[in-house]
Amino acid sequence: MKLREVKDILEASVVVGEEKLDMEVSTAFGADLMSDVLAFAKAGSILLTGLTNAQIIKTAADRSIAAIIIVRGKEPSTEAIEMARELQIPILSTKYILFETAGILYSKGIVGCLKKVDGDFYK
Amino acid sequence: MRKASSAVWKKLKPEVNASENILVKNSFDVDGGNFDTAGTVSTRIKSILKEQGLPSDVVRRSAIVSYEAEINVVSYAKRGVINLTVTPAAVEIAVNDEGPGIPDIEKAMQQGYSTASQQIREMGFGAGMGLYNIKSYSDRFDISSEVDKGTFLKMIILIQKP
Repeated sequence: MKLREVKDILEASVVVGEEKLDMEVSTAFGADLMSDVLAFAKAGSILLTGLTNAQIIKTAADRSIAAIIIVRGKEPSTEAIEMARELQIPILSTKYILFETAGILYSKGIVGCLKKVDGDFYK
Repeated sequence: MRKASSAVWKKLKPEVNASENILVKNSFDVDGGNFDTAGTVSTRIKSILKEQGLPSDVVRRSAIVSYEAEINVVSYAKRGVINLTVTPAAVEIAVNDEGPGIPDIEKAMQQGYSTASQQIREMGFGAGMGLYNIKSYSDRFDISSEVDKGTFLKMIILIQKP
C-alpha cells in the first residue's frame, strides 16, 4: 500500500514528507515505549506512536523506520518536525487512537513487522 | 560508602583474541544530561559498521545495544565514553561513565525496574527495558558499577558464530 492510501484511510494530516507519499509500506509496529521500538521494530515498517518528541525520530532513524504515524490527534514537537525534515522521515498525524489505527490498517492488509516475541527472538 | 558490584552474562563463549586484526577502533564522548544529542553516537556507530559491510543482523544488534547504552549515559551520568572495536570475529562496544553508579545490578537487570526521571519517561525510555535489551541482544555482556563513581558496560556481538 502507498503511504498516500494510509493517509487517506486514517484521515491523517501530513506534517512532514508530502513528497514521500508514494512510498510503498506493508508492515507496521505500534508502541509508546522507544526501548520496544529499538528491540522489536523492523526496518521499512511504519511506526504508530502517541509520543511527539524528537527522540521518536532519532529512534525511528536508528531502526530505519519508513514513516511515523502519530495517533490520538497529537502534533509532533517543533524539534521533532525539524529532525524529521533533516532525516527525511515522513510524519502523519491521525485523530484515531492507537488501537483503531492499527485495526484499520490491519483490515486493509498492513501486517505487524513481527507476529509474536518468542524464545528465539533475540537470536 | 562505595559499593562495587559486577555481573557477566554469556550466551556463547566468543574466542576473542586480543592480538587479532583490529579493523575499527573508535572512541566517542557522550554528554550526560544532553537529550538533544542523545542517539548521535549510536547513529555514528551504525554507519561505521555498515561501511564495514558487516551482516545486517550484526549492525542491527550493535545499533540497538549502543543506543540503549547511550540513552543510559545521557539519562543518568555526568559524562561517558563509548569505545567501538571491530575485529573480523566480533563487534565490541564498551561504555564507561562517570555517574551515580548502580547499587543493585541484579535488580537493575530486571525487566520493568527503573529509576528514571519523568523527563526520561516522556521521551519513551525509562521503562526498565534498557539493560534487559542490551543483555538480550549481546552475545556476551559484562557490567560492573561503583556507587557514586560510575558504570562500565561491555557488549560483544559476534560476527561469525561458532
